Amino acid sequence: MKLNTTRFGEIDVPEEDVIIFPQGILGFNKRSRYVILNDPSTEPLRWLQSLEDETLAFVIIDPLRFRSEYTVDLSDEDVSALELNGPEEAIIYAIVVIPKDTPEKMTANLQGPVVINAAKMIAKQVISTNLKHKLKHFVLQEMKDMLAHSQKKLGKVSLNLNRKSKGSTQLDGEA
Amino acid sequence: MLVLTRKKNQKIMIGDDIEITIVDIRNEQIKLGISAPNHIKVFRKEVYDAIQEENKAATESVSPEQLKGLSDLFKG
Repeated sequence: MKLNTTRFGEIDVPEEDVIIFPQGILGFNKRSRYVILNDPSTEPLRWLQSLEDETLAFVIIDPLRFRSEYTVDLSDEDVSALELNGPEEAIIYAIVVIPKDTPEKMTANLQGPVVINAAKMIAKQVISTNLKHKLKHFVLQEMKDMLAHSQKKLGKVSLNLNRKSKGSTQLDGEA
Repeated sequence: MLVLTRKKNQKIMIGDDIEITIVDIRNEQIKLGISAPNHIKVFRKEVYDAIQEENKAATESVSPEQLKGLSDLFKG
């Protein structure tokens, strides 16, 4: 489907890339259809673009890029809403807030991550019950800490930069 | 909205499974005991409100052009 967006102009979204949030995203409960826009030039930041509101888009990030041990306990309710058969079907993203004047102070919300069933393309913003998961995690600082930690431990840095990008629409180089 | 008056140690049932007990009342604070099945999530309303606010703030993030410049920050 073709879609006009305020940020990216006209984009072409294959039907199989459409992600359904049956309950919407908190605060945006009436918007249920989204697509993930994956622009290599902005990795690891991606966009979660609404298909129903051309002006609505969230910046998202794979939380493992700055927190290697991040996992979310899903309630039975979450699992059934997501129709998940196993953890391997789930992809997790955190929504990122980037202050316009101080983008290096970007924060990611690990208390309310977005979980996607990649097989069925159903998603939900869940609430983590882990008290270590806060609304605001300073992404760049935590990434630095994580790398320093792994360097100390392993003597080298090993990051998997080629994580699979299933469930995302590739953007051309120029938006 | 249904408004009920309850005393200390009295209870309210919501459906067959959710039981709310007034555990203690002191000055401005009420302590509630909530007993509910595992699949029911219980949160303070503030948690929902805070995530909503954070989501709204996220939609006012930078433009795609600005985002391109940020990719370098991740290369350490």
